[in-house]
Amino acid sequence: MTYHWDFYTVMQSFDLLLWGVWITFLYTVGSILIGVVVGALSCWARLSRFWWLRLISRTYQELFRCTPLLVQILWAYYALPMLLGISISNTTAGLLTLSLYVGSFYAEIFRGGILAVDKGQREASAAIGMSGVQSMRYIIMPQAIKNMLPAFINQSVIQLKNTSLLYAISIAELTYMTSVVTSETYRPLEAYSLAAVLYFAMLFPLTQVADHFERRMRRSD
Amino acid sequence: MTTTSAVISVRGLGKSFGKLEVLKGIDLDLMPGEVMGVIGPSGSGKSTLIRCLNMMEVPTAGEVRFQGRPVTHKFRGRGGAIGTGELRRKVGMVFQHFNLFPHLTVLGNITAGPTKVLAEPRAEAEAHAMDLLGQVGLADKAKAYPAHLSGGQKQRVAIARSLAMRPEVLLLDEVTSALDPELVGEVLAVIRRLADTGMTMVLVTHEMGFAADVASRVLFMEGGRIAEEGSAEQILRNPTSERLRSFLSRFHS
Repeated sequence: MTYHWDFYTVMQSFDLLLWGVWITFLYTVGSILIGVVVGALSCWARLSRFWWLRLISRTYQELFRCTPLLVQILWAYYALPMLLGISISNTTAGLLTLSLYVGSFYAEIFRGGILAVDKGQREASAAIGMSGVQSMRYIIMPQAIKNMLPAFINQSVIQLKNTSLLYAISIAELTYMTSVVTSETYRPLEAYSLAAVLYFAMLFPLTQVADHFERRMRRSD
Repeated sequence: MTTTSAVISVRGLGKSFGKLEVLKGIDLDLMPGEVMGVIGPSGSGKSTLIRCLNMMEVPTAGEVRFQGRPVTHKFRGRGGAIGTGELRRKVGMVFQHFNLFPHLTVLGNITAGPTKVLAEPRAEAEAHAMDLLGQVGLADKAKAYPAHLSGGQKQRVAIARSLAMRPEVLLLDEVTSALDPELVGEVLAVIRRLADTGMTMVLVTHEMGFAADVASRVLFMEGGRIAEEGSAEQILRNPTSERLRSFLSRFHS
C-alpha cells in the first residue's frame, strides 16, 4: 500500500500551526528570561559563604533536575492548587515550571563557567585595585560567559523543545496545535511532519547563531 | 628599628594556613627607592610574605603599615587605616604566572586598571599604556591578545600593567620562574631599568646573580623567618651562616 501524502488539507489549517509556533516562542523566551534570573540567583546562592543559602539553592536545583519536567508541569497544575487552596491557570503553572526547571540547569552552567575562570584572574584584577564587583564585571564575567555560552545555548535549545510538554495542560503551543489540526484533518503524518519541520526551522538558525558567537568569542584564543 | 619614613613596615607578621605556620614574627622596613631581594628555599615563606604586603594573603598575626598607616584586609579602610583598594593602587604586584586577562588585548590589559579603577580618560590611559609598552619593548604588540605572546612578552606586559597604575612600590613574585631560560633575560632587563629609575621594589627570586646585581638589600628566609639579612654583597658573596652557604652553593654548582 502506498501512502498518499496530502499536505493540502493540513495547509488549510496552517494558521493554527503558526499560532502554535508563536505560543511556543513566547513560552521559550519567557521561561528563558525568568530562568536566567532564577539561575543567576541560585548560582550566586551556591557560591555564597552562608551554608543555609547554599543548602536552599542546592535543594532547589536537585529537586528540579532530578524529577521529570512532565511530572513537574502536571504537579504544578493539578497538585499545587490543591495544596495551596488557590486556582492556578495553566499559563502560570506552565511558565513557572518551565522557568524553574531551566533555571536549575542554568545555575549549574553559570557556576561552572565562573569556577572555570583561573583564580589568578581574580588576584590580578584585585592587584590593580579592582573591587569585587569590578573584578566580576570586567574580568571574571566576560571570561565566564565565554565558558558558559555553548552549554547555555544547548540548554536553551532543549528548552524550546521542552515547551512541547505543555501540551499536557492544554497550552496552545505547537505540539498541542498540531494535535488540534490532526483531529480536524485526520492527517497525523502530514501534521506532525510539518510540526517537526517548524521546530527545526526555529532551532536550526539558533544553533547557527550560537556557533557564530562562539567563533567570535574565541578570537582571543 | 621603627622608621617612620619607611614605605612599608612590617611588625611581628605571622601567617598560618590551618595548623601550618608559614610566617613567624617577621619584622621589616622597606625604604623609598630600595630594591629588596627575598631569597630562600621552597616553602620558606617568601611568596607568602610578599603576598601579605598587599593583603593578597591576610596575615594571622602582626601588622603591616603603608606610609605609616595600618593596612586592613577590607577594601575600604576606616579610621586612618588603608584598605586594599587604595593600597593596591599604590602597591603593584607582578605574578609568577603573569595572570594577564586573556579576553583583553595587550592594550586592554594595561588600560583596565587606569580606566576602571582610577577613572582616567581612555585616551590618556592609552597614551600612557603605549609609552609603557615602548619602555618594555612591546609597542608593536598593543593589539595582540595574550595567547599570541611568548612567556617573556607576557611578563613584560604584566609589568607594564602594574606600572600603568603609577604605583609607589612594585612587588615581584618569582616573575621569571615560569619562563624558559632564554626568555628570562628580557624580563630581568626591564626590572633592572626600573631599579635604575628609583622604583621601590620587593623581589622574590631564584636568580641569585640578578638579586646581587639589582637588590640593595637581601633577605634570606628559612622556615618562615628571616634567617639572614644584609646588603646583597654581604648575603650573596660573604654568607655567614652554614644554612645560607649551603643554599647558595646549589646555585653556584
